[in-house]
Amino acid sequence: MAAADVTTKTGERTLPKVPLLTTSSVERPLTGWRAWVLTTDHKKIGLMYIVAALIFFVLGGVEALLIRTQLGTPDNTLLDPHTYNSILTMHGVTMVFLFVIPIMAGFGNYIAPIQIGARDMAFPKLNALSFWFFLAGGIVFYASLFFGAPEAGWTMYAPLSDDAFTPGFGTDAFIFLAHLTGISSLVGSVNFVVTIANMRAPGMGWGRMPIFVWTILIYAVMLIIALPVIAVAVTLLLTDRHFGTHFFDSTQGGDPMLWQHLFWFFGHPEVYIMIIPGFGIISEVLPVFSRKPVFGYKALAAATASIAFLGTLVWAHHMFTTPSPTAVLVFFMIGSFLIGVPTGIKLFNWIFTMYHGAIEFKTPLLFACGFLSMFLIGGITGIFLATFPVDWQLHDSYFVVAHFHYVLVGGAMFSITAGLYYWFPKFTGRMMGETLGKWSFWFMFIGFNTTFLVQHSLGLSGMPRRIYEYGDYGHWATLNLISTIGAYTLAIGLLLSMINGYRSLKNGAKAGPDPWRANTLEWFIPSPPPAHNFDIIPTVRSVEPMKDIRQEVAARSQTASEEPAQA
Amino acid sequence: MPLKTLPTGLRKAFAAAAVTVSATLLLADSASASWIAPETGGSPNADSIHSLYMILLVTGLIVFFAVEGLLVYTLWKFKASRGHEAKQIHGDTRLEIGLTAGSALIVIILAIVSFMKLGDIRNPPNSDAAGFPTTKVVADPGTNQKIPKDGKALTIKVTAFQYGFRFTYDDGDPSTQDVYAYRDLYAPTNTTVLLSITSQDVNHAWWIPKLGGKFDAVNGFNNWTWFKVPGDLAGTTFRGQCAELCGRNHANMTASVHALSPSDFAKWLEDKKTQLAESKDAAAKQRQLIDAGKPLG
Repeated sequence: MAAADVTTKTGERTLPKVPLLTTSSVERPLTGWRAWVLTTDHKKIGLMYIVAALIFFVLGGVEALLIRTQLGTPDNTLLDPHTYNSILTMHGVTMVFLFVIPIMAGFGNYIAPIQIGARDMAFPKLNALSFWFFLAGGIVFYASLFFGAPEAGWTMYAPLSDDAFTPGFGTDAFIFLAHLTGISSLVGSVNFVVTIANMRAPGMGWGRMPIFVWTILIYAVMLIIALPVIAVAVTLLLTDRHFGTHFFDSTQGGDPMLWQHLFWFFGHPEVYIMIIPGFGIISEVLPVFSRKPVFGYKALAAATASIAFLGTLVWAHHMFTTPSPTAVLVFFMIGSFLIGVPTGIKLFNWIFTMYHGAIEFKTPLLFACGFLSMFLIGGITGIFLATFPVDWQLHDSYFVVAHFHYVLVGGAMFSITAGLYYWFPKFTGRMMGETLGKWSFWFMFIGFNTTFLVQHSLGLSGMPRRIYEYGDYGHWATLNLISTIGAYTLAIGLLLSMINGYRSLKNGAKAGPDPWRANTLEWFIPSPPPAHNFDIIPTVRSVEPMKDIRQEVAARSQTASEEPAQA
Repeated sequence: MPLKTLPTGLRKAFAAAAVTVSATLLLADSASASWIAPETGGSPNADSIHSLYMILLVTGLIVFFAVEGLLVYTLWKFKASRGHEAKQIHGDTRLEIGLTAGSALIVIILAIVSFMKLGDIRNPPNSDAAGFPTTKVVADPGTNQKIPKDGKALTIKVTAFQYGFRFTYDDGDPSTQDVYAYRDLYAPTNTTVLLSITSQDVNHAWWIPKLGGKFDAVNGFNNWTWFKVPGDLAGTTFRGQCAELCGRNHANMTASVHALSPSDFAKWLEDKKTQLAESKDAAAKQRQLIDAGKPLG
């Protein structure tokens, strides 16, 4: 730039302004859609993950409502069995592969680097690749709607998923999805591990990492353990379907049980992969709104790690009714029981975090408490199901459907909602509406329990899962109707939160950097944060760096005011 | 320690709730408990699963009320208000160890109770003297089959297929056609019936709730279970259906088990044998006609 010498009015000459840095060319910052599509900024990628996952969540939610509408009355003919099985499969796959896992990756992407004081992920381009592979997986899977959707359930049990019984494109679309989202998560997980291991702020030892970062680290490690196995399983299924192999075909020397072992070796850790980042969100929200440090930091981190470890060793508790030796059943029962111990520890630690606190009933806290109360129910019924002789009655019945929805909706989805309300100000710079948020919570809480509590009874009285119709037997008609009404109530609650989010984007109160007076570093920087996150990376001296910073600021302003004013 | 600081009244309320719930559940007869417990009443294994389930349920409800109670109390008591400061407690190692030990203890006790009950659920008892006369069972090696102590039982082979169940009554004589039936299984009371379950295509699951748990039917494998219907339930029909997604008509893959008195069952079996023999003869005659090139009928 060539600024001419300037002579001021008084006649003094000032030096021309010289830029401190020189560069041969400056790239214009991208604008419009290109700013998103070509971005490698972890925050933009995180937001894209969250938004895409929420869109898939709406699709999965509509599928859930179709299922509940079909089951609202006995012998309903709204959906034919083919359509019903497709919707059931799409619902399960969508919620697992396209909603919970990616939205947790979204939170991890946006929040974890800032919480550890990093300016981006370790491999920004790989990070973008992860997102686009995930989106491609979702699009490929939903494209199957136009070619014949999958209908073998999200578990895709062989031989039902084999070409002899479900020909057509659907199962192949699932295989493609499993590979694409699998690569996405593997690349993303390696990125998380490297980032968390190497890019923490000065002073942030392992013992000072926020619990949320611990959970993202454990989530990533579990994905790295579990995903290669499902990749193997679906590849074997692909060759069975198209290239004449018989891995799962017992008439040709294959083994249908092999599918179940491979699938659940991935599928059970998957359950913990879905819930563990939720544990992290809860562990962030509860201390902030109780104005207390998290109770038992080390116990919480250790319990999470031991849940992850045990969680990879209990896959066959999904197979208690298969022809398996008793010793196998006993091993997997004991393993599953043991998970109850660290899970109990976590629940108590969360409640004790609030005990003697000064609890502020903001919407994120309500959702966190909803999580605590319902995840407990899912945990208790989990012990019932882990007892294999009892599981012989409960397995594959509506009791199981109720159990895993208590864990994944009452657990994962409520923690996700808590996280969305908690971090929305950071993402957008605006607060979500509190009144609408609370209405949404109560609709969701009551709707959820109405939907799923009665399903325990349905299962106990003999209603198997995945049936498209049922006869008017016992109380089935009444209980199913209650459940359907509950599902619509839950949907209204979710709709209220969506309206809330949409309205708050434009009209929400300005948040400022730290609206909640929170404890972690993401609240140190403006909302929304600049591209490089931190101008200065603060030195971390405890698990709650923001509390230290606030105290220091207070102390300095105190000394400043105590010093005699200098004339 | 926070638990100790809980007011006595609240602790008493927890205890009272837990005791009331447990007592009600344990005293409730199985019929009225069908909302909250598995089906029961058709076979001793279903009854034993039910009683094990009730122990789990009572334990679960006590834990539920204790934890939810603590949660609700905490939210109510420590609501932010003027002049109320949060105590900056970071943790309590002794409490953590105590909680770990406590929850581990509950889990260990439940595991022990489960193993104590396992025998009744898994191992078939002997048939009663009043039962249908049965022969020695030849054990099926490499499977989870259990046989009664006296080794005698009626074995019925259950073959699942898209979309139904076929029941085959092996008479041990290879020269005669075994009696078979579809969808409706007829079984004698007072008699231990062993079921050998397999599938001829995709995975299915055998589940008659009142007769015990479900067992998967997997092609290439034999899965075993058993039931023994008490004598006073002769004439009862037990319903059930396939419990493993097996394709589009999964919802209508049903089965019924009809309990007959041993004498009625013997009669049913003889009738079936006669019918089989008659239809075999009729088929043989038609074949002769076809072979001779004569018109049928």
